[in-house]
Amino acid sequence: MRRSRLTFAALAATAALVFSHVALAAGGGGYVEHSGVNTRDVAAAQRGAKIFVNYCLSCHSASYMRYNRLAEDLGLSEEMVMQNLMFSDAKIGDTMDIAMPAAKAEEWFGKAPPDLSLIARSRGVDWLYSYMKGFYRDETGGWNNLLLPNAAMPHVLWQLQGIQEPLYHTVHGEDVIEKLVLVEPGEQTEDEYAHTVRDLVTFLDYLSEPSKLKRKSVGIWVMLFLAFFAFLTYLLKAEYWRDVH
Amino acid sequence: MAKPASNFSRRMNDLGNWIDQRLPVSAFWKATMTGYYAPKNFNFWYYLGSLALLVLVMQILTGIFLTMHYKPSAAEAFASVEYIMRDVEWGWLIRYMHSTGASFFFIVVYLHMFRSLLYGSHRAPRELLWVFGMLIYLCLMAEAFFGYVLPWGQMSYWGAQVIINLFGAIPVIGEPLTEWIRGDYFISDATLNRFFALHVIALPLLLLGLVLLHLVALRENGSNNPDGIEIKKNKGEDGNPVDGIPFHPYYTVKDIFGVAMFLLIFAFVIFFWPEAGGLFLEHDNFVPADPLVTPEHIKPVWYFTPYYAILKAVPDKLMGVILMGLAVVILFFLPWLDRSPVKSIRYKGIGYKLLLAMFAIAFVRLGMLGMAEGTPAQTIEMRVWTFVYFGFFVLLFFLSPKMKTKPVPERLTH
Repeated sequence: MRRSRLTFAALAATAALVFSHVALAAGGGGYVEHSGVNTRDVAAAQRGAKIFVNYCLSCHSASYMRYNRLAEDLGLSEEMVMQNLMFSDAKIGDTMDIAMPAAKAEEWFGKAPPDLSLIARSRGVDWLYSYMKGFYRDETGGWNNLLLPNAAMPHVLWQLQGIQEPLYHTVHGEDVIEKLVLVEPGEQTEDEYAHTVRDLVTFLDYLSEPSKLKRKSVGIWVMLFLAFFAFLTYLLKAEYWRDVH
Repeated sequence: MAKPASNFSRRMNDLGNWIDQRLPVSAFWKATMTGYYAPKNFNFWYYLGSLALLVLVMQILTGIFLTMHYKPSAAEAFASVEYIMRDVEWGWLIRYMHSTGASFFFIVVYLHMFRSLLYGSHRAPRELLWVFGMLIYLCLMAEAFFGYVLPWGQMSYWGAQVIINLFGAIPVIGEPLTEWIRGDYFISDATLNRFFALHVIALPLLLLGLVLLHLVALRENGSNNPDGIEIKKNKGEDGNPVDGIPFHPYYTVKDIFGVAMFLLIFAFVIFFWPEAGGLFLEHDNFVPADPLVTPEHIKPVWYFTPYYAILKAVPDKLMGVILMGLAVVILFFLPWLDRSPVKSIRYKGIGYKLLLAMFAIAFVRLGMLGMAEGTPAQTIEMRVWTFVYFGFFVLLFFLSPKMKTKPVPERLTH
């Protein structure tokens, strides 16, 4: 008994060691903030969808996502989706594609805007949240970003957030951005803008794995069934093994 | 008083006899299950063999369903995986079972192999059993590598690039060899297509054949046990080992309990943690393969990283490749490297316990370092653990005959 407990302790310690290491390695640069995204908040995802189609979907596609799936998962009727979220002549069963050809996009931006279907899985929600809050006007007068220096993307939400400029401080003789300061207010307050971005990122999170909510709700039942099954098999084993000494 | 046999059961009996005269079903069942005696003191470590078999079957079944929807072409592969994740009914579940299954296969196999190191299961007369097991492990590594390329994400592409380029370190034939493997001058559609063929048919066939040999070799001498004693040396009047119990029903019901516990953990990962923090499904692999953009930090999946760390620890590429290969090949010789008079760690002295602990720590630590960015301090640490890794085998060979042991009991202990 003591021996097997030691074994499990050793295994658990190894697993903990490995996974804590991974958690550390997954962290980003110094400017990543916690987004507070809650995947279950369907209302936030709905608001995010609206922002997404209004501000993102002209340059970025989400070509693995279908409009009717969106309606089903976010609790909207197909009519509501067609009226509020679809501006192109797409049909309800189509994927969220854009009219801009990739070659033209590359000519205009220097790099074609990536498809956003899976962006929340490759970048993570906290990174996206911080990225959308990290735009600033640099010395050249153009847009720049704290998380992705010299990003090709302009600040499409600048009318909402306003314009930020960097405040530098010197570390080891090098100028480092300490924080961004709002120099020209936008339509939204800082708090409202944070909410807007959180909604958008909640939608992107949903977009990256539409089955996530179903996965978790099914998972609970599967776990309960397996726990019961394990209990039964334990009883069965104990019954058979009664005569083994 | 026995009931008179009903018409139905008599007919079933007749059918059974009819089949048995043509195919030795009951003889096989008796030889491998009800008449096969296994030591009665199996502990946690003895669940892992049956669990490995379970994962293998699960990988094959989920793989068949994935193959129905997956498109093995550079233009369509990535999108077809997302199609499975989004548009195929329960496709996400099948895909997560397969991707999580790959990692769990290695968790189970690594623990299964470690069990041998604990109890000397690879020692005589089970050397061939171990060698077949090692061949399964090699086959599994190839299978996992080819499978990892199929989703055609950035890590699929660049991971394959790095690993195939290792063959380029071989003098003279290196470059043509890498070209021959890829079927092109770079990783391309041709590479993906052939890796698909190898992943879905060639290696699974080989794997099944090797598993069969592994099981036949196991049944020949029977399982070892935590005491490392041969139970067949002590037989009762009925000719069966005194310390043995029939595999069926005792170990079949016990293994079903093991399966249930395993599935609980497995299901938890599938439903609540399928990426495992980027360990089972890597973040960069959600970006489609792009030959023009090299990811900042290329690394293989976690189950290869111990060997990857050994490769990176050596400054010279060819030497690194040789040492990495040696790290795997040396495991084949374990049955002959351990020359201790006793098998189980229970009757070995503190010396072996320390050696084995250092080896296990080295393996885990190398795995962690293999995932890391590779700072100069980490490179030094990788060298230290590489030294410890190989030191284990050298010290084992020279010290095992001399190390202190405890007396081994005649009968199994409980």
